[in-house]
Amino acid sequence: MMTPLNTEPNIANPDDFYARLLAAHEGRSKAESDALNARLVLILCNHIGDTDVLGQAIDLAAEG
Amino acid sequence: MFDDRYTVAHKIYPYERSPDQDKASAVRHPVVIVGGGPVGIATALDLGQQGVPVLVLDDHEGIGQGSRAICFSKRSLEIADRYGCAGPMIDKGVVWNLGKVFHRDEKVFEFNLLPEEGHKYPAFINLQQPYFERFMVDRLRQLQAAGAPIQLRGKNRVDGIEVHDDHVVLEVMTPDGPYSLEADWLVACDGANSPLRTRLGYEFTGKVFQDSFLIADIRMTGDTEFPTERWFWFEPSHGQGASTLLHKQPDGVWRVDFQIGWDIDRKEEMKEDNIRRRLDAFLGPVRYEIVWSSIYTFQSKRMARFRHGPVIFAGDAAHQVSPFGARGANSGMQDADNLGWKLGLVVQGKAPAKLLDSYSDERVHGADENILNSTRSTDFITPKSEISKIFRDAVLGLARTVAFARPLVNSGRLSVPCVYDGLSLNGPDALTGGPARTRVGAPMVDAPAGDDWLLGLLGGDFRLMTIDAEAPERLEVDRITVTRVALSAKGNPDLAARYLGDATSAVYLMRPDQHVAARWPGFDAAEVTRALKIATRRA
Ligand SMILES: Cc1cc2nc3c(=O)[nH]c(=O)nc-3n(C[C@H](O)[C@H](O)[C@H](O)COP(=O)(O)OP(=O)(O)OC[C@H]3O[C@@H](n4cnc5c(N)ncnc54)[C@H](O)[C@@H]3O)c2cc1C
Repeated sequence: MMTPLNTEPNIANPDDFYARLLAAHEGRSKAESDALNARLVLILCNHIGDTDVLGQAIDLAAEG
Repeated sequence: MFDDRYTVAHKIYPYERSPDQDKASAVRHPVVIVGGGPVGIATALDLGQQGVPVLVLDDHEGIGQGSRAICFSKRSLEIADRYGCAGPMIDKGVVWNLGKVFHRDEKVFEFNLLPEEGHKYPAFINLQQPYFERFMVDRLRQLQAAGAPIQLRGKNRVDGIEVHDDHVVLEVMTPDGPYSLEADWLVACDGANSPLRTRLGYEFTGKVFQDSFLIADIRMTGDTEFPTERWFWFEPSHGQGASTLLHKQPDGVWRVDFQIGWDIDRKEEMKEDNIRRRLDAFLGPVRYEIVWSSIYTFQSKRMARFRHGPVIFAGDAAHQVSPFGARGANSGMQDADNLGWKLGLVVQGKAPAKLLDSYSDERVHGADENILNSTRSTDFITPKSEISKIFRDAVLGLARTVAFARPLVNSGRLSVPCVYDGLSLNGPDALTGGPARTRVGAPMVDAPAGDDWLLGLLGGDFRLMTIDAEAPERLEVDRITVTRVALSAKGNPDLAARYLGDATSAVYLMRPDQHVAARWPGFDAAEVTRALKIATRRA
């Protein structure tokens, strides 16, 4: 059985999380921010690990 | 009227007039190979050892100067061993295991080919391609002296071809003028630009990569020594290219490979002063001489199929990959390995011609695997878009500090032999608990066998390898003989791990190219017969 991607709310304090994400980008150039995002994506993908879940996430993101 | 396209390093098959040139009508040969590169010569050795008459035509009088390939894989050495010429290769070659990857001069990653114990040959050797080819031609001469029906004709350039249902007619140019030849089977090993493929109009499709690489093979003349490791820099601070590779070869020669971009002035870049400028920036104050240099660009392409009636394509003529991963010559050796026994059986009337379609199916499968891997390496080394560069750099940045990113670093995934999973010559895989690495379709894995090595013991015919199992010593099916190699796993943990797994006994049917055709826990005559028929397309 393929693990379904969790698309339900799963973050305890959404506003805190969002602020933290933006804060990490504060004062950075576009290039630095792009690099940070890329690192973040890689770090999170590795944490998830399950390639089925990653595949679903990539598909969902690609839908836009 | 007959100029060399490149400088010959070893002039070992000078032009000689052949009696065929004085015949009133074209002489018919069972097999003609066009191209005396590594793949053409390997195919000739395979057929010649089987006693199948074979004629090789090459448009030069020897081996071209300059080493293109330097990394030769274990599988290529095992194939060369079967042809009787691996000894000088291993004696001359440089064995290496360690690879280091740097990003802006900081080491981000290190890999070890981790040689597994219990193999005759190492994972890789570095050896200049002209040596590799020379040792094969030396072996060809030995076989000839022992009466093998092999001919090799230098300065015989194929200028024309006419394809019929059951043979081809060739127009061959020599320094004495043209002559005609006929062949029942033609093996086209005429390289990446294959004039035969072009002449016959077969498509060759894939990708062209927009980057150029400058190779300089240099010999250190001072006291500088670098370790016997593969060093690869992404974005080196010396600024002489987007990446740089340094790798050792025999004779104190080092391969330096700079990635210099797409829009370059080739002529300007090839000037010794300009090459030295890059080398000096990279190496600092060391003394060296330049042995060979070249600029190359590359492509990943293949033909839709490798057999067209009596014409069969092999090596670079059939498929081309980027050099990252050392999959060019190494996969060409596997082509020869795969084709040799099949063509031998067909010529000897022991198998139907459709067996040759399995050569195309299996080696197309291999080519796709090689193209996939080398394309991925290339995408990492030369990112195609802004975002792929952003991700590439993110991987390299993270790899310095966190382990998870290191397996993503791709400076070339080195050639491993292909497994013919799910293809038509495969018989039953009935060994419950048998190891995955020796599943049906896989190449047999070497192991110690008494004072010998397993692959040497098995050789290049159909074999029944029994491990702690009974079977007749000899079996004949439709004029094909299968002989038994009886082994015991008692006191041989490598053999047990590689061939038994959780099973207590095993019977393997091996093809002449040392791939597994079928396996069972015990011998059953009807089963072996059936598998042999499948493997030779007589079923
Ligand atoms: C920079 C570089 C690095 C490489 N590194 C590696 C590596 O580390 N490991 C690896 O495995 N591979 C490597 N390769 C690839 C390897 O060099 C080739 O895959 C290999 O040479 C292919 O062998 P071949 O016999 O198919 O063709 P070729 O070696 O090209 O031989 C073709 C032959 O056919 C002859 N010929 C052509 N036309 C005619 C005609 N009309 N009549 C008669 N004869 C003809 C040619 O003269 C030539 O002798 C590298 C390639 C490059 C460019």
